[in-house]
Amino acid sequence: MKPRYSVFSLARNAMNYHKDWERAWRSPNPKPEYDAVIVGAGGHGLATAYYLAKNHQMTNIAVVEKGWLGGGNTGRNTTIIRSNYLQDASIAIYELARSLYENLSQELNFNVMFSPRGVVMLCQTEHEFRAFKRTAHANRLAGLDCRMITPAEVKEIVPIINDDSNCRYPILGAYYQPRGGTGRHDAVAWGYARGADGLGVDIIQNCEVIGIQRDGNRVTGLETTRGTIRTRKIGVVTAGHVSTIMDMAGQRMPIESQCLQALVSEPIKPVIDCVVMANTVHGYISQSDKGELVIGGGTDSYNNYSQRGSFPALEHTITALVETFPIISRLRMLRMWGGIVDMTGDRSPIIGKTDIDGLYVNCGWGTGGFKSIPGSGFVFADTIANDRPHPIAEPFGLNRFAEGRLIDESVAAAVAH
Amino acid sequence: MLVVKCPVCGAEGDETDFHAGGQAHVRRPASHDPANISDAEQRDYLFIRHNPKGLHFERWRCDRGCGKWFHAARDTLTLEFKAFYGIAELPPRELMEQANGPWAEYFRQRLAAGTKP
Repeated sequence: MKPRYSVFSLARNAMNYHKDWERAWRSPNPKPEYDAVIVGAGGHGLATAYYLAKNHQMTNIAVVEKGWLGGGNTGRNTTIIRSNYLQDASIAIYELARSLYENLSQELNFNVMFSPRGVVMLCQTEHEFRAFKRTAHANRLAGLDCRMITPAEVKEIVPIINDDSNCRYPILGAYYQPRGGTGRHDAVAWGYARGADGLGVDIIQNCEVIGIQRDGNRVTGLETTRGTIRTRKIGVVTAGHVSTIMDMAGQRMPIESQCLQALVSEPIKPVIDCVVMANTVHGYISQSDKGELVIGGGTDSYNNYSQRGSFPALEHTITALVETFPIISRLRMLRMWGGIVDMTGDRSPIIGKTDIDGLYVNCGWGTGGFKSIPGSGFVFADTIANDRPHPIAEPFGLNRFAEGRLIDESVAAAVAH
Repeated sequence: MLVVKCPVCGAEGDETDFHAGGQAHVRRPASHDPANISDAEQRDYLFIRHNPKGLHFERWRCDRGCGKWFHAARDTLTLEFKAFYGIAELPPRELMEQANGPWAEYFRQRLAAGTKP
């Protein structure tokens, strides 16, 4: 195990001008064989490796990553954490994730800055108001802490909101999940990486998978840019690039890769201390500890691997948010970027086994991956270790598309993508 | 920003004037053998998508122009359009030769059936 981070270790290292901090994780060369290999060192992949080592004592495992860890969608999202989905299966997995976030900093001995600052989802049409009321009822039946709030309460929680009842999309109320919030996306990846590494997991960066070896219907190893790795269990957790990896194994996927953009403004004094999502007008906003407004919107509609989104999608998001928060109209935007998200037909993830023995997949989180990292890793590790879906992951199997048993979250997502 | 050109009416505009319709040349099993459709075939038709990093054949609709659906070939990494062609047509021959996955098989069958590129 690694030395623990604490106020005492901080003080001790301060004496030494911080020259002797231990490395958070090693950079090992790949061994010729592992019990299991996770492809993709994003939040989901690293969490899977961490829970495989911690809960299932599988420590002879590796995580291989094409670029650097946490450099894909884990470092590109808007860090929102909530669990207010409509279907029971979704509520179970997203709430598992949200509840694991609550103690994640203590669990990993790494500050992931989970901040349950509350999530406000605006209702700006009558239809949306009724839809969210339905979601609120479903959530309360499932035991989630949430409630509908009035326009006056919205104004109290978010004073900068435009409460003009004569505007195009007036605030009619909102769905409120007080235990939702934000986290520090990079820290989640780093914390899980450090935790997994401490348990003996090899995290191998700059190692691209270029082929999957099979013997009949069973995987036997991986071809990578750093040599061949033998293994009988492969977990593919590569989000927008899942189709390209699965093509190597001959497994066809119900996934389309699209670009989702986000942007941040110049830093300003605190103006908003919760997360606000505006579904009808397509935008969501929160403020980081640095003071930047973190803004996200909808996906581009066409397939895209370029990690570069279009201006019309950005303009659409900004227009909506300026209408909702007139105060931000003269803010300058500092940075914008895109991530490649893996969209399924029903906007729910795919977790479980595939048609090929020893090949497991965890993908399809689409636009909502960050919030689910701990829960996703928890159930996927269990699925790989025991070669059967974890009960919470079971409804999310690949087989649901042939059975017509969809978990439709396309209208319950915060923003209709 | 994508610049799209409708091969039907000739209108040219950015992506907001058009509607992206996803993967092209997907066979609908019910059109061929409605009595015998397996769950797997129906799944493939409804949900399974060929999602390559590179050449992608897709459908678009001329939303603000003639309203017609048409086809396009586009690179999903560079976002560059390679061709626009009609809804009943096949792409240029050199693009068909680069096609992979289910498209390669589809183009072979259509060419064998006598469709002109």
